[in-house]
Order: sequence, then C-alpha cells, then structure tokens
Amino acid sequence: MLKKILFTLTAVLVLVSIYLVFSGFSPIPVSTKEAAGDPNNFKIFYFHLPIAISAYLAFALVFVSSVLYLRSKQQKWDIIALSSAEVGVIFALLTLVSGSIWAKSAWGAYWVTWDVRLNTSLVLFLIYLAYLMVRQAVDEPEKRARLSAVFGIVGFIGVPLSFMSIRLWNRATIHPVADLNYSTFNSLLITLLVNFAAYFLLAASLILIKIDNERQKEKVNEIKRVKGL
Amino acid sequence: MKFLEIARKDLKAEFRTKQMLNSMMIFALLVIVIFSFAFGNEASIFIPALNRKITDLLAPGMLWIAFTFAGMLGLSRSFGGEKEEGCLEGLKLCPVDRADIYNGKVLSNAVLMFLMEIIAIPIFAVLFSYDIKNIPGLAVVAILGTFGFIFVGTLLSALTVNTRTRELLLPVILFPVLIPVILPAVTATGAMLSSGDIPDIAGELQILAVYDIIFFVVAQLVFEYTIED
Repeated sequence: MLKKILFTLTAVLVLVSIYLVFSGFSPIPVSTKEAAGDPNNFKIFYFHLPIAISAYLAFALVFVSSVLYLRSKQQKWDIIALSSAEVGVIFALLTLVSGSIWAKSAWGAYWVTWDVRLNTSLVLFLIYLAYLMVRQAVDEPEKRARLSAVFGIVGFIGVPLSFMSIRLWNRATIHPVADLNYSTFNSLLITLLVNFAAYFLLAASLILIKIDNERQKEKVNEIKRVKGL
Repeated sequence: MKFLEIARKDLKAEFRTKQMLNSMMIFALLVIVIFSFAFGNEASIFIPALNRKITDLLAPGMLWIAFTFAGMLGLSRSFGGEKEEGCLEGLKLCPVDRADIYNGKVLSNAVLMFLMEIIAIPIFAVLFSYDIKNIPGLAVVAILGTFGFIFVGTLLSALTVNTRTRELLLPVILFPVLIPVILPAVTATGAMLSSGDIPDIAGELQILAVYDIIFFVVAQLVFEYTIED
C-alpha cells in the first residue's frame, strides 16, 4: 500500500516537473554563463542537477549498506547495495548524457577533454560499472556479497571526488557552479525543488522495485532448491 | 611489527627467482621504449607558445603509465601467487592480525615498485635526453603516488584473487579507483620534471597525502573481509 502511494506520487511529480520545465513557467536566466548558446538549453539544468544528486545519494546508499553488510552479514543489505548501485549507474549515465547534450549547445562540443567536473563524473560512472563487474565475477552469493561490499566501500571515494572536484583541483572548470545570487534564483527554486522531489522519488521507487525483484529471485531459487530442480 | 616478517618472506621468495621484479622492470622499460619509438624526434620539438618541449608534456603521463602498468603485473601476482599450494590458508593461519598480512604485502609490493621506478626513471632520462630539474621533489611525488597505488592495489588484488576472472578483473576495477591518485601525481610529476619548486605542487601533494591516508585506514578495516572464508 505504502509502495503504491510512493509510485503514484512519483509518477505525478515527474509529470508535474516536466510540465513546469516546459510550460514557460520556469525562468531562463539571460545573462549568466549558464545561459550560453541557445537560452532554451537551460531547461536541461532542471533535470541534470537532480539526477546527478540522486546518483550521488544512490552511491551513498551503496556505501552505507556495504558497511552494514560487513557488520551484520545480513543478505538484505547486499540486495539494497546491488539495487542502488544499478540505479545509481543509470542515473550517473543520464547525468553524463544530459550534460553532454547541454554542452553541445552551450560550448559547441559534447565533451571537453580536460575538465575536472566532467572527468570525475565519468570516473564515478566507471567505478560503479566496475562494482557491477565485481558482482558478476563471483558465483557464490555469500562471497559475492562480501567482496562487492568491500569494493562498495572503496569505490565511494568517487562521490566526494566528483562532488568536490572543482574545489580540489584549483584548475578552472568551465562547468557552471551553483551561484545563489541570481536575481532569478527565487523563481527558479520552485521548479528546481519539484524536480528534486520527482527524481529522488524516482530513484527510490526504482531501487524498491529492484529490491522486490531480487527478493522474488531469491524465493524462486529457494523453491527450485527445495524441489530439487 | 609482525608485518615485517610477512614482507620479509615475500621479498625472500621474490629475490630467489626475481621473476616478478624482472618482468616489472622489463615491462616499464618497454613502455618507455615504445613511447620513445612512437614519438621519436618529434618529442624534442620546442613549442614557443607553451615555452616547453613536447617531451615536457608527454613525460609525466608516460612515466605514470609505465609505473602503473608495470605495478599492475606485480599486484596481480601478489595474492595470485599465494593461491597456489594453499599458501593463502597458511598465511591466514599465522598468529598475526589480518591487517598485518595486508601491511606486509604493501611493504613488499612497495619495495618492488620503488626498485622498478629507480631503474625506470634514469632510463627515461637517458632515452629522451631529459634533464630532471627537481629530483628530491620527484622522489616525494613518486613515493606518495606509489603508496596510493599500492594501498588500493593490494586491497583490490586480495579482492580479485577470489573471483572467477582474477587477473583480468584487477585492472578493470583498479584503474577507475586510482584516477584520483594518478591525476595529481601526473600533474605534480610534470612540474617536478620541468621546472618546479615544491610549493607549486602543494595542492597536488595534499590530495595525494589525503588519498593515501584514507585508503590506508580503509584497507586496515576491510582487508580481513577480502580473504575471509
């Protein structure tokens, strides 16, 4: 029941957020660095930022459940780690894709070779692809859970790295940085917050669905084992 | 101090045959030679706009490619060798803390890496007729970078030894996690090779030191789970 409410709310919020972004309700800054190129490309920002932050949160969940798995050795933590890693990878990929589409319009190129923000985001994506590869490379469930939990902890370095990349390398990045002094910021805020809510809930819903899937898989395996199939 | 015994055992076994050390050195040498063939005379062309030779731009990346690729050979055998004849079980039966096994391995891997680097850097200087400006500074960068490489590499080497694909998996999962250490190491090495004073690379050294500390501590905590049964 609770899940149904969550899924419905997610669907509604995603639709509302798309409407807000494209309805002309949300403002487009005209004078900032972010509005380079076709001003309409700014609309991507409303998706891009919430998706990126959702990916970070999903990876943080991988980290937390990996730690909890190693402490308690309960399989549920492993399932949570796997599910949020998969969703996180998809969100990280979407961040890269949406950013590249924006960059083509704003900078004239999909990818700028040496930009810390871009590269650390790519690295983050690669780290969690590697996480999924670790999972694939082990057959025994207990060992797979244990080894991937270790990698889930080690790989978390990518999240603060990507998040703080601009401050860590005092090299100039051309990636826009949050600047709360926009005159338009207040009017941006509503659309942005709705988008944040929509994509957080979307990530949460996807993780929950994946967890359910994994549980069903366990049950099927259990039945197969009992029946000797 | 028990980890010294484990490192001593590893190095003793290694220096009996010198198998690993020889392959690492020859591999690093080959990487440098291939670069010197590939870039040939163009490497010494001077670019007035940058006030640098092409070698200055290529050298740091080339050195770290040589170090990490050659180091990878050593890392994959570090625990791979222990798999034979049940050595790992013997090691686990030693009356030492699990973290000491890790520290011992780190020490022996680091010794091999440093030996390889001490040979590789002069060979590079000779082949590219390169005049290294700040040798102590380069040593500091190499030591911090190598320890970062070894701390993560040894942990992930122990992790992959229990997986199906073993040596194949190690580079795939290690390189993404290593990028935060390779990037500042390459930048700092470039500065040390061509101009440099230590204060110029304070930021890079900080990142390297923080990375080393984080992974040293994390590895102490999670290493036992990688070799547990």
